[in-house]
Amino acid sequence: MSDIPAGLETLDFSFSGGRPVGAFSPVLVGVVGSGNLEVMLEASAGDGCAVRVETSARGFGPIWQAVADDFFARHPIGGVRISINDMGATPAVVSLRLDQAVAELPQGAPS
Amino acid sequence: MISFAECSARERLALLFDAGSFHEWIAPAERLTSPHLAQLGVPSAFDDGVAIGRARLDGHEVFVAAQEGEFMGGGVGEVHGAKLVGLLQRAVRDEPEAVVLLAESGGVRLHEANAGLIAVSEVMRAVLDVRAAGIPVLVLIGGANGCFGGMGIVARCADFIVMSDVGRLAMSGPEVIEASHGVEEYDSRDRALVWRTSGGKHRWLIGDCDALVEDDVSAFRAAAVAALKASRPVTLESLEAEHALLDARLHMLPIEADGTDQATQLWRELGIEQADRVPDLDVDAVRALRIA
Amino acid sequence: MNWNQLVTRLFGSADGVHAAGDFLAGDVTFEGQPITLVGTTNHAPIGVALALAQARVVLDTIARHPGRPILLLIDTQGQQLRRRDETLGINRAMAHLGMCIDLARRRGHPVVGLVYDQALSGGFITSGLIADACYALPEAEIRVMRIPAMARVTKLSEEVLTALSESNPVFAPGVRNYVAMGGVRALWDGDLPAALRDALVHSPTTDERARDGADRGGRRLAAAVVQRVLDAA
Repeated sequence: MSDIPAGLETLDFSFSGGRPVGAFSPVLVGVVGSGNLEVMLEASAGDGCAVRVETSARGFGPIWQAVADDFFARHPIGGVRISINDMGATPAVVSLRLDQAVAELPQGAPS
Repeated sequence: MISFAECSARERLALLFDAGSFHEWIAPAERLTSPHLAQLGVPSAFDDGVAIGRARLDGHEVFVAAQEGEFMGGGVGEVHGAKLVGLLQRAVRDEPEAVVLLAESGGVRLHEANAGLIAVSEVMRAVLDVRAAGIPVLVLIGGANGCFGGMGIVARCADFIVMSDVGRLAMSGPEVIEASHGVEEYDSRDRALVWRTSGGKHRWLIGDCDALVEDDVSAFRAAAVAALKASRPVTLESLEAEHALLDARLHMLPIEADGTDQATQLWRELGIEQADRVPDLDVDAVRALRIA
Repeated sequence: MNWNQLVTRLFGSADGVHAAGDFLAGDVTFEGQPITLVGTTNHAPIGVALALAQARVVLDTIARHPGRPILLLIDTQGQQLRRRDETLGINRAMAHLGMCIDLARRRGHPVVGLVYDQALSGGFITSGLIADACYALPEAEIRVMRIPAMARVTKLSEEVLTALSESNPVFAPGVRNYVAMGGVRALWDGDLPAALRDALVHSPTTDERARDGADRGGRRLAAAVVQRVLDAA
């Protein structure tokens, strides 16, 4: 009866074996608008790379996994927590924002 | 030239104020987000669409806020509004030289309805408290989304407004008016009409903004610097003068339109030359037309 | 109840209060004390003219009757949705009305708002909501926007918005909601003169609404966020 919209979808990914980035002030890129997203990077304890996505575009889990895998392959960083608020960005835009965020880390992107 | 309209809120803060001087309060990492959006399936923003803090403007200490127009149209929700109120209350306490609001907003965030309405009202009262404390409140309007609704009223509660020709300042959006009274009343897709009704050139010519600049970050900065001393106490005399001005203006436009474009007619009634050409003139030319 | 019945219940008669179209104004005596009344009726759309008419009464009260209480009677469908009013700067006229009321408050006039029928945002954000405190009759409704227009702007369907308006305090228009959220200080029920007497004496002169919203549980974050900004390093 009531068509109150389904909630946001939350997705979590984690990676290990990356090179620890060390301490840094949080980084924020992007804006939560239609077809856009914001990405926040924060230093975290340990060496892992944890990614949490909250998105209004439900049902794209496998694509997010692929984007995250591709991102970690390009930037194998550790000791980082990545948080995303997404409003239907394309994979290309997501990858762009992730790259932009990493570029703002103090050491730049480890290769 | 850097387009002010094309910058995000955070880019505007970084570029307009003295380099590196912006210090944010309640940064995104604190995750003070909207408690109301998730239930509607709408993503939140870590800063709830507004960045606040202190900065320096040409060496002067100012408190600042920048609304992100791309997030929910810059609409004011519970947390967003409370950040603005906190900033304004802190200004009364800490006495910076000015408060500078980079306003880009549709007004009340409809997705937060009642909470948004009360929030905007609280912002309004807080702005007037800052003014009553003798601290100038400057509003800069130049974003693509304009400054509408309750924020359009808040802007006119401030001491000084800087607008670009790209910016818009009004109450109701064109779509809402068209939906209410039809396309004959207001064709929301007629961009030229929309800007004659609410755009920076119109607001400058009729006196509803205090400076008109190009869509350029450094032009906004220069205008803000010049406005730092612009505190205008609200007195019975100043309100009587305002009342007389608005009352006279009301009688310049008959209620029944006779087909003449209303904005053009109003400019003519105000004695502005070249009224027909205003939309085609550049900012410098329009600036020179205003009757002092 | 209509404005005539309301005024009669409050003051014993409606003499001294006149309606000119949608505009209400007058002077009454309440327990020996003169009070200025100003407001609207007929679910008035508030355009430039009606904003200025109300502002005029407030300015005259400040000039001629120092300290006299002002009661704002609110029944509005919101701002006038006309291009002419936008061209004329309705936002500026609204701000002017709000600033007149705000000056009255700062000059020591007790200013109290009463939503006695309906109120939509633009129509009362610079009257009732900028008074010392805003009150309401129990059957009144306060909305931000009518659902069809809201659906167009938010892209949420009318069905969704209607359902939310029934179940969700953030959307529901009943004034009890607004009391819980702190936007309305209290409802006036039963003994209206007693409610007015209390309002004239006890309405706060600082903005307590976020604190009320937190205490009453209807708006839990606002006051805490304000405090966090005040305390931030």
